[in-house]
Amino acid sequence: MTQIQEKPATQKTVKANATQRLGRPSMFSMLLRDKFATVAAVILSFVILLAVFGPVLMGELATKQNLMFMNKEPFDLSNGWAYILGSDSLGRSMLARMVVATQTTLLVAVPAVLIALLIGSLWGVWAGYHRGRRESISMRIADIIMSFPSLLLAVVVLFVFSPSAANIVLILAITRIPIYMRTARAESAELQSRTFVDAARTFGTKPNAIIARHVIPVVTPTLLTLATLEFCFVMLAESSLSFLGIGIQPPDVSWGLMVAQGRQYLQTAWWLSILPGLAIVVTAVAANMLAAWMRIATDPAQRWRLTLDKQTKKSLTTVIKDTK
Amino acid sequence: MLTYLRKRIISSAVPLLVVVVGVFALARMTGNPAALYLPLNATEAMREDFAIRNGLDQPIWVQMAQYFGGVLRFDFGTSMRTGESAADMALRAFPATLQLAGTTMLIAIVLAVIVGSAAALNPNGILDRFSSFVSMTAASIPDFWLAIVGIWVFAITLGWVPTSGVLGAAAWVLPVATLVMRPFGTLVQVVRGAMVSSLSEPYIKLARSKGATQYRVVGAHALRNAAAPGLTVAGDLTVGLVNGAVVVETIFGWPGIGKLMIDSILQRDFAVLQACVLLTAIAIFVLNILIDIGYALLDPRVRPSAGARGRRKARNEHRGQNNTPATTGTPTTSAPVPTAAIDA
Repeated sequence: MTQIQEKPATQKTVKANATQRLGRPSMFSMLLRDKFATVAAVILSFVILLAVFGPVLMGELATKQNLMFMNKEPFDLSNGWAYILGSDSLGRSMLARMVVATQTTLLVAVPAVLIALLIGSLWGVWAGYHRGRRESISMRIADIIMSFPSLLLAVVVLFVFSPSAANIVLILAITRIPIYMRTARAESAELQSRTFVDAARTFGTKPNAIIARHVIPVVTPTLLTLATLEFCFVMLAESSLSFLGIGIQPPDVSWGLMVAQGRQYLQTAWWLSILPGLAIVVTAVAANMLAAWMRIATDPAQRWRLTLDKQTKKSLTTVIKDTK
Repeated sequence: MLTYLRKRIISSAVPLLVVVVGVFALARMTGNPAALYLPLNATEAMREDFAIRNGLDQPIWVQMAQYFGGVLRFDFGTSMRTGESAADMALRAFPATLQLAGTTMLIAIVLAVIVGSAAALNPNGILDRFSSFVSMTAASIPDFWLAIVGIWVFAITLGWVPTSGVLGAAAWVLPVATLVMRPFGTLVQVVRGAMVSSLSEPYIKLARSKGATQYRVVGAHALRNAAAPGLTVAGDLTVGLVNGAVVVETIFGWPGIGKLMIDSILQRDFAVLQACVLLTAIAIFVLNILIDIGYALLDPRVRPSAGARGRRKARNEHRGQNNTPATTGTPTTSAPVPTAAIDA
């Protein structure tokens, strides 16, 4: 403690910086404080833009075959910009195909995550709030879904129904519902014993209203962070399914399917499966990093880490070190 | 201990039964195997004969009753593909998967403990940031892609290792390296988190003031207390590996249970598929019990006297501790059944 008093200047700056930011910092400014998260957000926005506008711009190019340009190496500008990422065995532009695949990949991953998030969270919150029989039955169902071989489920859907993107969304959503259910249940079971929920109950608020107004706002940040992490997982799962031949079917194209299709040309044209795989890795890592940032930014106890500028942080760490 | 085991078995029986019945019914929805096993120009009589031989002419509930009757006598049916006993085929494939998963987890745990502890010594230091980036990347690389890159670089271009097979130590390198990534990436973050909180405990201060060396403080005092959460996550990851190695086994031609399962799905080899599902389910059940026992050994607060409830509670507390919301599980997750095979 004596050491802190010797450094009044440090303390003053900390205090001054703290008073500068009265109230809650905006999410945007907190995002900019974390360099990794900023890069991740930029990458993800770029991927989303590609998915929305890319196919309109390059859809035709992606299916145009040109046997003059078979298996061209990437990063060679002499073939024109369309072949900057090389071409496949039918002379189609890899760049255009990857852009179109972005849309398919996201059109599977995003709805799957959203559906699972919505159903799983509401179900879990409901089960956790009411406890008792409703809770244990719901959790049994979650156990059963979790333990089902989803590969088999995918094959069934593929053979019984048509192997469309919508059906793959359905499989991925169903298999991921329990993840949200468990988290939402655990959180809401803990919340429903808190005093503010008790207070609402004493005033005669109906269970559904309590869930909607007092429980859901508290659990939402956790669930959104989880959903970002899950986006990464669902994307990998879709590509695994497509890779095994029970996901997206040609002539549709997704990143995972492109990796699978390029596998047989590995010796002659490595870029056919390496480049789409890289796209998966970059997107997945970006989603992971954003989730790591969200976990801190949405936690009131940890949020201060993202509200300090560099100088303050430095002076603060010296204070902490000194007190040690 | 016995009460605990009995409770465990009873609470696991229902989900297990539902899964087996579900697999049974779903598998039969994927189509008639006759189309795959008989020649294209097979006559109607041949098809009928095939159906009768394999018991497929009966209504599905009769088939199911017959199957469960057989299971009670340890008869798991025969493979349509090879005519062998389905149980034999599954049991023969299983050690290959276990060896692969065991080796992978051993390497992943050792590496993760070293890297995670080193990162925890100086939170937010350069090493910490670097290791968190590496582990995050490792956890998000699709394994099938990594396998392909590995084959391309080390098997085709450099020719150091074979592309597939199980013969010789070199054949193990690529499959293990591919599978290690995700457990390693996840475990580093868990070990780091546990070590950071463990290193700030009073007993570390005490150890330091006694004059214990840095090596002893980290290795003996902090690590032992940080081991419990690591064990829980490592257990969950092993469960994922045991039934999630489908992709890697397919690519490297590894004759394990994952490959057998996907083959029997694609070939409509129902008996083998059911045997595989049952076997992994039982294996995961045993694994979960082993984790619980290891847990009790590590953490005196959850010794058997605390009962299954206390044990599970502590396990779940640790699950919550590693800051991954995905693992804040409930105490009801004792089902001994395979988690989604999609975890591949």
